[in-house]
Amino acid sequence: MKKERFTQIALDGLVRQNPTLRLVLGTCPTLAITISAINSFGMGMAVLFVLVCSNVIISLLRNIIPDRVRIPCFIVIIATFVTIVSMFMEAFLPGLYESLGVFLALIVVNCIILGRAESFASHNPVGASALDGLFMGLGFTVSVTLIAIVRELLGSASFFGIELWDPAKFSIKFFTSSAGAFLTYGLFIAIFNVCYNAVDRKLKHKHSHQMLAPVETVAETKEAE
Amino acid sequence: MDVLGIIFAALFANNFVLSQFLGICPFLGVSKKTNSALGMGLAVTAVMVITCVVTYPIYTFILKPLGIDYLNIIVFILVIASLVQILEMVLKKFSPGLYSSLGIYLPLVTTNCAILGIAKVVTATTTDLASAGFVFKNVVLGKWVEFGMAMSLGEAVLSGLFYGLGFTLAIVLLAGLRQKVDKLNVAKPLRGFPMTMITACFMAMAFYIFTLIG
Repeated sequence: MKKERFTQIALDGLVRQNPTLRLVLGTCPTLAITISAINSFGMGMAVLFVLVCSNVIISLLRNIIPDRVRIPCFIVIIATFVTIVSMFMEAFLPGLYESLGVFLALIVVNCIILGRAESFASHNPVGASALDGLFMGLGFTVSVTLIAIVRELLGSASFFGIELWDPAKFSIKFFTSSAGAFLTYGLFIAIFNVCYNAVDRKLKHKHSHQMLAPVETVAETKEAE
Repeated sequence: MDVLGIIFAALFANNFVLSQFLGICPFLGVSKKTNSALGMGLAVTAVMVITCVVTYPIYTFILKPLGIDYLNIIVFILVIASLVQILEMVLKKFSPGLYSSLGIYLPLVTTNCAILGIAKVVTATTTDLASAGFVFKNVVLGKWVEFGMAMSLGEAVLSGLFYGLGFTLAIVLLAGLRQKVDKLNVAKPLRGFPMTMITACFMAMAFYIFTLIG
């Protein structure tokens, strides 16, 4: 695979089309699990696994699946991997399984996974699809973990489950409630978009200078002639 | 059967959108206008009731006795996808008016996590529900804690109906608020999703009061 293609897929997943903060997909688990950073990281890893596996299988089967029944086929493939993840977690990580609860099963209807299957894996080769799954999953994991760190710090005065201050004195219970989840997520989207637009404008500015330079010289040489 | 308890929990205290975070995607996506929000809400309610009627017996009488209840996710999602497809065909044949007004929203219902959520909730046992964060234990779940069993079919269908109506209530309220909020002159980065989230935040605060009753 070419290096540019790799950077393009990586940047798309992590920044440009970040599923949580740019596309605002998969909002249900994001709001529900960001109450603690460990839960978010676990959920992110589960989504990452399902995303990579389903992308690979769907990409392999992309010429076999008939177009009219593609959505049910995608859903069954995704549901298989979600079942594998939830059985694995029940056996080896029972604590995490308990606290993720119904949201582990709901990875099946997570729009990020179905969206990537539909828009990427169903018409791209296996390697690119696997990479896309990996970076989309990482983008999701990083964003939800960041939101969770903020909510956990403010709401229960701890960091990845480690108590930093006395929670009875220094915690704002609002951030553990559902209202706090909506507010934190909304503000995160706003802040991310401000940063993204600023960087984007700077890059475009730089890029347009490079683009303009040769055009100007051409015009100048023409005038000189 | 604690009918009032289920109704109160479904509409307010355990409201799927505002306190359980299920079905957020359509809640944010299809809430620009009150009419389309109502259409989406009613489509979700109808599919939820039918889902409860179908998945509850499948789980209790087929999957559980055969010991293959670990297949529940795959079976439920297949049932929901085919139900939506059948509902679409039936509506197209017998009520074209309703079909064209719901047209776009029906296929979207398949990937609404509130539907798979209700199928998981009505087949779950009390401990599963408690760990999923259902707060209204004392009134609604009190009886189940006592007998250590899941819902009956009647309770399951009633839950489906009223959790669906709770979703409708939340999405219609948000659409009404958004029609006002979208006209306000807010700072540019807050326009769109962030402002919708902040509106939902205030709605969630208002609904939080209901969890304190009981």
